[in-house]
Amino acid sequence: MDNKQLEDFIRPLGEGLDVKTGKQFCEVTLPADKLHSFAQLMKENGQLKFNFLFCLTGVDYGDSLGVVYHLRSTEFNHTIVLKTKTSDRVNPVLDSVTDLWHTADFHEREVFDLLGIKFNNHPDLRRLFMEDSAGYPLRKDYVDEINIVTK
Amino acid sequence: MKREEFKDNESLDLLKESGTNVLLTTIDDVINWGRKNSLWPLTFATSCCGIEMMAAGAPRHDFARFGMEVYRASPRQADVIVVAGTIVNKMAPVLKRLYDQMSEPKYVIAMGACAISGGPFFLNSYSVVKGVEHVIPVDVYVPGCPPRPEALLYGMLQLQRLIETQTIKSRKGRNLSHNDV
Repeated sequence: MDNKQLEDFIRPLGEGLDVKTGKQFCEVTLPADKLHSFAQLMKENGQLKFNFLFCLTGVDYGDSLGVVYHLRSTEFNHTIVLKTKTSDRVNPVLDSVTDLWHTADFHEREVFDLLGIKFNNHPDLRRLFMEDSAGYPLRKDYVDEINIVTK
Repeated sequence: MKREEFKDNESLDLLKESGTNVLLTTIDDVINWGRKNSLWPLTFATSCCGIEMMAAGAPRHDFARFGMEVYRASPRQADVIVVAGTIVNKMAPVLKRLYDQMSEPKYVIAMGACAISGGPFFLNSYSVVKGVEHVIPVDVYVPGCPPRPEALLYGMLQLQRLIETQTIKSRKGRNLSHNDV
């Protein structure tokens, strides 16, 4: 399916979805509590078959924290982007998609490491690079007066 | 490198001036000749500068012509470490250990913007060491991002000139480097 067909196909699949085509891919913005069930639908629907999570990105929007998922179907060669976010900056929690795409394991650990987003049902949520005491360095409000030089 | 091809000879002349007797200077000349013409670099590259370093060793530029004969995979067999690339805080202890494992005399070339100052990662970076001289003493800086193989070659030739001015009389001697500080 091309982006337009994907849009038309996906829009009726759930409530609270914001479906539009961005610069490159069809983008779906959805509330955090619907993320896992919707992702599962994307993977298991016979006409979509998004069996490949090729990019998982954590984002700090300033007022909220979010995750962007790039999904691809190796069978139909179409791509979709899922976006979700949470406005809780103190204790941000999202659902893990590790049970659907195993590659999410390390990606989610990295997001947890650098942005502090916790993932429910993640098998092994430990810090990947940083020390436990380091804080979350990719957050916009991160302060480190020793290591960081600012203008 | 021929003397007349290099514009700033004064600093090296100054280093050579300090008084040593005839015998020692002669021994120095022999030892320095040997050292400078068999500088073996350590295989150590952390990012894109490493590609240029490999190019400098490959047939087109071929720095084996000047005696940087062969990359050593062990710091114990290497004379010079070319810090080719970004050093992050996690890498810094490893780099220090490699430097400590090298046997004297040892030299350091900081290759590229990252090794000199952190380069593009100087501002707003939580993980990058802002200049490799925070970790180990540097003899020659080769600027560029990344430097061309010719630039690295020029830096290596400068290091050879530096070695020419050394003496065995004292470890500090006429050595420009901070190795013994």
